[in-house]
Amino acid sequence: MRKNLWIGLVMLFLIPAFLFTVSCAQQEVTDTTEAAATEPEKAPDETATQASKEVEQPTADMSAEERATLAARNMFLSEDVYFEFDKSTLDSMSQDILSRKADWMRDNPAVVVSIEGHCDERGTNEYNLALGERRAESVKSFLVDLGIEAYRISTVSYGEERPVDTGHNEEAWAKNRRAHCLIP
Amino acid sequence: MKRFHMKIISLVALVLFMIPGLCHADYDYIDINNPFLRKIPIAIPVFSSLPDSKTKKPVLKKASDLLSETLKFTGYFKMLDRGAFLIDPDNAPLITPKINFNNWVSIDAELLITGGLSKKRNTIVMELRLFDTFKGKRLIGKKYEGPAGDLRQMIRRFCSEVIYHLTGNRGIFNSKIAFISTGSGNKEIYICDFDGYSPKQFTNNKSINLFPAWSTDLKYIAYTSYLKGKPDIYIKPLKGNHSSVIAQKGINLAPAWVPGRFELAATLSFSGDQEIYLLTGTGKIIKRLTRKWGSDLSPTWSPDGKKIAFVSNRAGSPQIFIKNISSGQVERLTFNGQYNTQPDWSPKGDKIAYSSLQEGKINIFVVDVKSRQPVQLTFDSGNNESPSWSSDGSLIAFSSTREGSSRIYIMTAFGTDQRRLLFLNGEQTNPKWSPNFNNE
Repeated sequence: MRKNLWIGLVMLFLIPAFLFTVSCAQQEVTDTTEAAATEPEKAPDETATQASKEVEQPTADMSAEERATLAARNMFLSEDVYFEFDKSTLDSMSQDILSRKADWMRDNPAVVVSIEGHCDERGTNEYNLALGERRAESVKSFLVDLGIEAYRISTVSYGEERPVDTGHNEEAWAKNRRAHCLIP
Repeated sequence: MKRFHMKIISLVALVLFMIPGLCHADYDYIDINNPFLRKIPIAIPVFSSLPDSKTKKPVLKKASDLLSETLKFTGYFKMLDRGAFLIDPDNAPLITPKINFNNWVSIDAELLITGGLSKKRNTIVMELRLFDTFKGKRLIGKKYEGPAGDLRQMIRRFCSEVIYHLTGNRGIFNSKIAFISTGSGNKEIYICDFDGYSPKQFTNNKSINLFPAWSTDLKYIAYTSYLKGKPDIYIKPLKGNHSSVIAQKGINLAPAWVPGRFELAATLSFSGDQEIYLLTGTGKIIKRLTRKWGSDLSPTWSPDGKKIAFVSNRAGSPQIFIKNISSGQVERLTFNGQYNTQPDWSPKGDKIAYSSLQEGKINIFVVDVKSRQPVQLTFDSGNNESPSWSSDGSLIAFSSTREGSSRIYIMTAFGTDQRRLLFLNGEQTNPKWSPNFNNE
């Protein structure tokens, strides 16, 4: 029992350490055909369906450093920024997330990214398509303000057309009002 | 001199004689202010076989039912129950001298339509007559002849005559409705007849297709599509394959054709701000129409092409504004509620339909352009969106989630007679009514 607790505690410190000791390694691991031998990094629930297409799982032959690099990349891809209804402004939590994204982009200067702006199902399709673009653009300009080159960031609005949660309640809506980063 | 007088007199007589024919209508049948408040009781007995043929009962019944349904769709009529008719159903008289109008007046029928049909092999001949039962007078008499497959077209032409006689307007019988359906697994554009008949898929690109808009000449549909991974506008002919594309950087959104011209307005954001532009029918920018920071979108033209109504968040929340194109003057139209979008300018020019999000539900409203008084048309029935006027301004198509999934519904311009338009797999949204194709 006590032993388990210790292992838990060690893991608690170890995992974030891996996440944040990421170096400037630009290595991109693209081979995902091999089955993942270890427990995959669990993406946050709300982005699970979407992230699975972009987030890559570590493979058995990866070094610790490679794993850390991949974990940072996965975090960049899976952490979405959320918005209030009919708003495209970034709250302090979103700004923290975007600061980390800017760090990652600075560490990976060859990477270009696309930002998708999304809305919940409330409101109407035309306006939401416009609102989604304002959300994506607001993320882009925040990153540019942090020194990321504008040419590295493209935006696309999906309005309310691509929800991650098709529920009809506040919980689902909150997940859907998002900006999502991907590496095209 | 005397002869000259005679000439004038006969000329005047001729003109006087022609006047009723010219204005063609006793407008007292339908109250223009709210034609749907009091529906005209109309009797349409099962058609009779014309004397030279032995057309079978099911054929006759099917044709008369189709006529009845087609007229009922307009919302102007109360279809009287055939069970109450005081005639021999197998031998209904077709013409004035034989019709006992008292039989019809006594069951409160104000109008009567009789039909005679002969179907020989693949050819049909149909005689249709409209009577005023109180006056005991024939108002319209028409004979149609053609292949059996044209029956529906013949009936629609006669309905068009009836509506023209009663309202002075040709109606909607040659119009179509474009809409989005997810039946194939993607949002594709479909087109059906005004009454939901014969839906056909128009786009097939497995992408997201939105916001169809008919050109006035009915030759093109412009729409927004993610075919190339972002929202661009495609201008696709109904016949032929050569589409034009508006694919500026950013969004290319919700086109609206200028009435009677090969030009359209649409929102483009390449400048860094979402503004409405005027473009040629092949997608070249003519000029910018709005100049205000924030979202400007969903333009809809006044019928004279002099103004646009559009959505803007310039006042903090989405509201509808009207811009006079030549003067540049902008006025706010909607003041109730925090979320008013999807304006559609009525063909008569006096009203604008829109959708309003209030207390978590979207409902359809119509606002008078002059008085700015909004009237709510849908209540307590899910979300109701995307109103689109019929070409004669008598009906409004819209989408609603009242039965769960989103479907297309029709109501009269006053909100009465709300009913589902068609049954298809998937969800249907974003209906857009075409102009009436006038080939008569």
